[in-house]
Amino acid sequence: MATYSTNEFRGGLKLLLDGDPCVIIENEFVKPGKGQAFNRVKLRNLKTGRVLEKTFKSGESVEAADVIDRDLQYLYNDGEYWYFMDNDSFEQYQVDASAMGESAKWIKDQDICNVTLWNDAPILVEAPNFVVLEITDTDPGLKGDTSGGGGKPATLETGAVVRVPLFVQIGEKVKVDTRKGEYINRVKG
Amino acid sequence: MEVCTPILSQAAGTDPSIEPLHTRYTGPRYPQGLDLFLQTSPEFAMKRLLAAGSGPIYQIAQVFRDGEYGSRHNPEFTLLEWYRPGLDHHGLMKEVADLVSACLGEEPGVEKISYVALFERKFGWNPLQARIRQLEDAAKMHGVETCNLERRDQWLDLLMSLVIEPTLGAQGLTFVYDYPASQASLARLSSEDGRIASRFELYYRGLELANGFHELTDAVEQRKRFEAENRQRQQHGLAQLPVDENLLEALESGLPDCAGVALGLDRLLMLQQGEAALDDVLTFSLKDA
Repeated sequence: MATYSTNEFRGGLKLLLDGDPCVIIENEFVKPGKGQAFNRVKLRNLKTGRVLEKTFKSGESVEAADVIDRDLQYLYNDGEYWYFMDNDSFEQYQVDASAMGESAKWIKDQDICNVTLWNDAPILVEAPNFVVLEITDTDPGLKGDTSGGGGKPATLETGAVVRVPLFVQIGEKVKVDTRKGEYINRVKG
Repeated sequence: MEVCTPILSQAAGTDPSIEPLHTRYTGPRYPQGLDLFLQTSPEFAMKRLLAAGSGPIYQIAQVFRDGEYGSRHNPEFTLLEWYRPGLDHHGLMKEVADLVSACLGEEPGVEKISYVALFERKFGWNPLQARIRQLEDAAKMHGVETCNLERRDQWLDLLMSLVIEPTLGAQGLTFVYDYPASQASLARLSSEDGRIASRFELYYRGLELANGFHELTDAVEQRKRFEAENRQRQQHGLAQLPVDENLLEALESGLPDCAGVALGLDRLLMLQQGEAALDDVLTFSLKDA
């Protein structure tokens, strides 16, 4: 069982806490001049995405989580699971809805996603930061409106709904920031 | 009077929460080599001077502590340490407040609160009597998730550092005084209440700036504390450290009744310059040294 001492703590380090893999976001050394030293650590639970704070006695050791990030290609969805492939090893991974989270509504086949593997099982899928998707449904825009003021909802080919300017039409492609779920611009072709 | 004492010593402080750095001399007089410690504060040497009749003394000293590095810590830092024969810790607090105000170029208000009153105000219980369970609950209630603390003082340190300290000194200089006897360090115990030690700390804007004592002058009691601390070190799996026999001899010969304080100059500079981290005021901190 690999462990890390608090002296090894730094951003990005992966630990196993209460049975869940977590990644360190911030690590602060706190010590009264005379008295016990502590490491106050902000972590993200990699399964739930929840951010938590935990305080360790300095010098303590914490179990390491066998977590790696890998770029995998999205293949298809069979209604229950999403399937990804490692383009180097051709190994395939089956991902459930909880690991997909919000990412499911942004990706289409062939997209390369960053997938977090814990003990070689996918626990988190990150959609690419920006995706280009076709609009499959939206109200017709007002003629001559090119200002983009106001906006309207538009359904994308993956099913996601984003607000777009009034001039954007069905069949056009738009670039979207998946982290904020926001329209960026129209894409030609 | 300004004094200058050696940074290297054959003895070390035994406080289990302060770890000295060490080095080794080899040469004339010690052909087989001599283990030496870098001072964690100039306290012992300055007390030897006081016992020898120096009168009031001060020095600005580079001090060294292993295992301490962060936004408010660097393993090498600068202390201004001074001693006033004839003063107790309350008298010295006033002098510290005047000096810090002058350095900051402002007139912050001064608040004094005892350690017990501070905990009663924040949590509603007396830290000298509270059960560990209450300390745990208080930590949890204030969002501090932790585990594996065995001793009361560790819980008190946790609450002090993570819950109370960030709020101290928001309005002005805050002196916390009369610590639990278990955290006496080198302070004498109160003559009125043996559960309390005549120690103080200064906080300003959530930062610990200074630690002072109405100094322990009793050589027998001092030896007992050194030995108890070395036993604690052993229990925690830390190396036992050589007790400073020169200091004990000086105490036996008679240390004048006095108060002493150590003030972190780098942190004071941080506050004066409005910086958030020691890195911003040190020429080169550990990573660049």
